[in-house]
Amino acid sequence: MAEPSQQRTRRNTATGPGRILVAVYGIFALAATSRAAVQISTKWHEAPLAYTLSAVAAVIYIVATIALARRGEGSFRLAVAAIGIELLGVLVVGTLSVFDQEAFPDATVWSGYGEGYLFIPLVLPVIGLLWLRRTASR
Amino acid sequence: MITGFGVVVAASAALVAVWAFVSAARGREPGRALLVSLGVVEALVVAQLVIGIVLLIAGDRPHSMVTYLAYLVGSLVILPVGAAWALAERSRSSTVILGVACLAIPVMVERIHQIWGAGHG
Repeated sequence: MAEPSQQRTRRNTATGPGRILVAVYGIFALAATSRAAVQISTKWHEAPLAYTLSAVAAVIYIVATIALARRGEGSFRLAVAAIGIELLGVLVVGTLSVFDQEAFPDATVWSGYGEGYLFIPLVLPVIGLLWLRRTASR
Repeated sequence: MITGFGVVVAASAALVAVWAFVSAARGREPGRALLVSLGVVEALVVAQLVIGIVLLIAGDRPHSMVTYLAYLVGSLVILPVGAAWALAERSRSSTVILGVACLAIPVMVERIHQIWGAGHG
């Protein structure tokens, strides 16, 4: 699949289909950051926990986008960590938002396993980790 | 905001997205026609910004001014940044990236209209 010149560059997560992944992560970084900024600046007291998690989600999406877009060992590890935390966050916040609705009176990107975003927040980290595994073994 | 124009912006972006995904499925790199249509969508987004500012000058106020302006300006950068990222390494993946960037536009338009409407409803 990969061209010969690319095989030399190990752990390049931003080539081929990986570039699509970076683009989707970039848009989620933008979406999560805007959502957190709106929530925190306009109605912080209504749901501090939910809005703090919105901000955390935003930071993780930004880190994942940059780490995936860069090549090299350090960026690779950073991407694994960020996307691993992302998957954990989606699962934990998703579960909490279903069973403890009082803690989450307002939505974060990860509420209901990302139902407000067509469940892309749930699918994205799984695809991300699979892609990282593929680039690692190439 | 003018709802009809928002619908036009969102629908044309969605249309170009579908076109991009179909042409990616056929294994195409981004062609000139697709890039031109992307430019047309961007022009519509610029027009939306102009309309938004004219309405502000006319005296209407959104629920949150800062948020409203941030979304209006933020919607401007999605397509240029997406296109730059897509074209830096040309492949059929580039075509998919253009489609993904287009899909973000209807979402932004919807948010802009929500923020605008919150001040009036």
